[in-house]
This record gives sequence, structure tokens and C-alpha cells, in this order.
Amino acid sequence: MAVLKTVDLEQRIGAAVLLNKVSLSVEKGEIFAVIGPTGAGKTTLLRLINLLDRPTAGDIYFDGQKITDPSCDVVKVRRRMAMVFQKPAVFNNKVYENVAYPLKVRGTHGKTERSDVYQLLETIGLGGYARRKARTLSGGEAQRVALARAVVTKPDLLLLDEPTANLDPVNVKMIEGLVMQFNRERGLTVIMSTHDMQQAHRVAGRIGVLMNGRLVQVGSPDDIFYSPDNARIAGFVGMRNLFRGYIVRNEAGIAVVNIDGRDIQAVSDLPAESSVEIHIRPEDVVLAMTASAGSARNSLRCTIRSLSSNGPLCTVIVDCGFPLEVLVTDRSAIEMGLSQGQEVYASFKASAVRALPSMQR
Amino acid sequence: MQEIWQALGQAVDLIVSLDTEVIQISLRSLYISGCSILIAALFCVPIGGLIHFHDFSGKRVVINIIQTFYSLPTVVVGLLVFLFISRSGPMGGLELMFTPTAVVIGQVILIMPVLTGMMINALSGVDRAIRDTALSSGASNTQAMWAILFEARFAVVGALILGFGRAISEVGAAMMLGGNIRGYTRILTTAISLETQRGDIVLSLALGIILISIAMVVSITMNILLQRY
Repeated sequence: MAVLKTVDLEQRIGAAVLLNKVSLSVEKGEIFAVIGPTGAGKTTLLRLINLLDRPTAGDIYFDGQKITDPSCDVVKVRRRMAMVFQKPAVFNNKVYENVAYPLKVRGTHGKTERSDVYQLLETIGLGGYARRKARTLSGGEAQRVALARAVVTKPDLLLLDEPTANLDPVNVKMIEGLVMQFNRERGLTVIMSTHDMQQAHRVAGRIGVLMNGRLVQVGSPDDIFYSPDNARIAGFVGMRNLFRGYIVRNEAGIAVVNIDGRDIQAVSDLPAESSVEIHIRPEDVVLAMTASAGSARNSLRCTIRSLSSNGPLCTVIVDCGFPLEVLVTDRSAIEMGLSQGQEVYASFKASAVRALPSMQR
Repeated sequence: MQEIWQALGQAVDLIVSLDTEVIQISLRSLYISGCSILIAALFCVPIGGLIHFHDFSGKRVVINIIQTFYSLPTVVVGLLVFLFISRSGPMGGLELMFTPTAVVIGQVILIMPVLTGMMINALSGVDRAIRDTALSSGASNTQAMWAILFEARFAVVGALILGFGRAISEVGAAMMLGGNIRGYTRILTTAISLETQRGDIVLSLALGIILISIAMVVSITMNILLQRY
């Protein structure tokens, strides 16, 4: 059952459209990530769901109840949710008081809850910090306190607005771990916004892509990462090797695509003459000294333009009429003796080429 | 220079020997200004909150006007209240003239602009995120306001100390409205004024030192109380 549903949700401030007809549905117990670049409307969406702001149009249903209804008891609804904000916000008070605040405003701060708070502080790794002043905590610690404060009331829905945007990698990992733990152990439904694609991939079961206030694609992480609906999403999710081209001909699902005068083969159903955005994942390309005789339909002669090692992997940019980024292991780069200016063959399967209908028409 | 040391000695003497009149004058000062700040706070904390939490056209102008009245001269306040409560004034029938109540009224009016202005400043200093955090933690609007007020507590107490300081140190209104009646409306500042005119510089200085000491004790006490939270 959908815990949360938005229908044609719209938010405008003056002439600016922050959210444009966003309709999404979040199921009980899932972690749903809203990804999108800065300014896409992620925060706006979460604030609307938490009833911190009012939408200009559209409705939100929480557990079947229309919470955008003017007669709806806002405080009562909010008390079944919780939200963690991007900037770690703690009350200028003791850590314990911070975590216990939601219980106190509900008037349910009894003995069991008291031990719940201490338990929760242990869980977030701040066991001995109850009497510490929250303001003296580091950003990561403060954000963990904010997370504990959010889950202390065992809400039905947890909203996380870029909870790790300003944190160091260790704390990012901890927060992600805690969110997944709460989700697993308590069946907590989570909606999390992030601009970090990898994070969405690590944490979420489903992802919604928000761009310029529109929800442009919803799907599993693999759907979004490997089959983005259009080139803009592809570019945003961090895809390399995006090229513009057109289909010369299509024979039984194998299309010949012309990119800057060079033909490559791709698996595609798009008809000839279509303008396409081509994407080739860098790790799907193999470099060899000779033309490939294997199953790869594409084997392009090219020149190495640059090599840059980043630990175990090496990014090689080759020029095959268009600049192609290739990812090889550092070790094989050394073994093959790859060097700048060298002539090599770049091979990849037709199925490794993804052709997306171009938005430029 | 000699006089300052003499005054210090005499101040200590007066305090240690529990000089009845000096103790009475000091307590009266404390009482009158304490009442003034409490009454002013009763009005100004909500008014400051009202102005801060609501957006309305002309808000900036209102704040500017309030800030202008920071420089309200004490004698002008004295004069205005005098016009109201003197026998021929609209509130003359209440016979408030030359009573401690009259002094309190004057001091309340005197410190209200400062207190309101400082309240607005104090609340503006609180991060917006605090309100959002309180609300999304399930707080009602009232509870969220308390959370913000609590967050601003250091600045709020600072404002109260400032208001108290302005009240206990003013002499114009107290002189015009209280009349410096011995044993009734004589407070530290009016006593200092009188003793200086009489030529008892040392006693004046001693009273001045006591006044400063009171202010210091009040400020330290408030801050110690604040540290607990």
C-alpha cells in the first residue's frame, strides 16, 4: 500500500515554478530516493510532504488521508512523520534534550521513552554524549543526533533532505548505514533526496529523478543508471561518453549510428534518420593492440590522447573521430605499455552502446 | 583621586554596617526597577515576538521607529507621564503623582522600546532551521515559538539586563515622578543627585558604587542561572 502519494503537486513562487505536476507514490517499507541537481525542487517537495509549506496546487495523500485538505490537523499529521534537514540543526541544548524533544512536545516522555533515547544514542554511536552540549558536536555527529531525533517517535515516514550533503565520507557511510538499519529493523518508510547518484544507488530501492521541478523518471536504481529515459538524465547520473549522432540504417535491431563521421553499431529499435544520443559506458570498452576478432561488433582504430591513473583504475581518453573515455585497470595499462600518442583499437559490443532518442529535434 | 578611595571605603562601611537608610534606598531601587523590567517584559516579549513572527507591510518602519525611541530622554518620559498623572491630567484622579508606582510607570515606558527592539534582534538571531526542526519534530506553533525563544535565551536575558540597567540608572523620570521623597520614593540615583548638590561627594560616590554593584550582582546571577540550561 502506498504510504505517501502526491497528485499533480505544484509549487510556484511568483512566476517561478518550483514543482511542476509531480505525481509519485511511495510504498510502505521502501527507501525512495529523489535525485536531481541543485535547484531541481527536492527540498521543496520534501517540505510540502512534511506540511512545512503549502502547495499552490495538487494534493498529498498520507496513509490514504488527504493531508493537503485545509481541515486536516497539520500537527497531528506531522507527528506521524519526521524530517532531517540538509544543514544539521540542533537545539542549543544537551544532546539528550535534542533527541527527546519530539517526545516532550507530544507529552510522551516517560520512563520507557527515556531508555529508548539512551538506546538510540548508543545506536548512533554517541552513547556517552547525552549530557554534552549539542552545539559542540561536529557536523556529522550533529546530523546523527538529528537522525536519532527523527526516529525516536517511530514515525511512519522519514523524510531526509540531502542528509549527507555536507559530511565527510566516514559520516556519510554511518548515516547511510543507520538509515538502512532503521528501514530494515523497523520497516521504516524513507523518502530521501540526494544529488549523489552513487548514494541513491547504494541506499534506495527505487529512485525518482527530479529535474527543473518535474519528476522525469521513476524506477529501480538499475533502470535509472543503465537505462535513463533521456540524455539529460544520463548526463546527470554521471554517464560518460555521451555523443550526438544519427541512425544511418537499422537492420534487425542493429543500428548503424554515425557520430562525427564515424560509424558504430548499436542495439536499437529506432528507425533510420533518427537523431540519437549515444552512450557508451567507459568500463565496457576494451583496448587492444590489434583489431578485435571477438564478438565485439565495434573495433575502432584510435590514438591515445591522455592517461590518468586514479588508484586501481586508469582513465584513458582515446580519439577515434570523437573522444572516447575508456576505463582499464592500472595494471593492464602498465602491462600493455599504454602511452600518449600510441595507436590502439577500442572494442565494444553493440549491446554496450545505448542509443537514446535525442531531445534536440 | 582621594575622594574615590574615601568613597570606596565609605561604600564598604555603609554596606558592612548595614546602614538602614542606604539599605532601604538600595532595596527600593532594586524593587522599583525590578518591577519595571518585569512589567515591561510582560509586554515586550510578546510584542517583540508578534513583530518578529509576522510579516506585514511597514515592518521595517515599525522597527525603525522602535529603534528611534531607544534614545528617548528620561526627562521627556517624566514630563509625558507627569502630564497624564498630575492632578490636572486625565489620570489625575488616581493620585499617582510622587509615588513609587509613578516611577515604575515612567521606567516601563522608558525601557519598552529598548526591550522590544532587543527582543526582535534576539529572535532574528535564531536560525530559521530551528523553527523547521521544531515543527517537523511535531511541535505545535506555540511550542515552536517557545523553542525559538529558548534558543534565543542568551540574547533575551541580555535584553532584560540591558533594560534593567537603563531603569536602575535613570534619574530624570524618578526625580520628576517620584519627587525623591525620603523613605518613600528616594532611590539610589535620586539620592546621588541630592547628595552631590548638597556637597557630600563621598556619599554620592559610595551610593554610585553600590548601584554598580547591584547591577553586577544581577547580571552575574542571571548568567549563572542561564549556564544551567
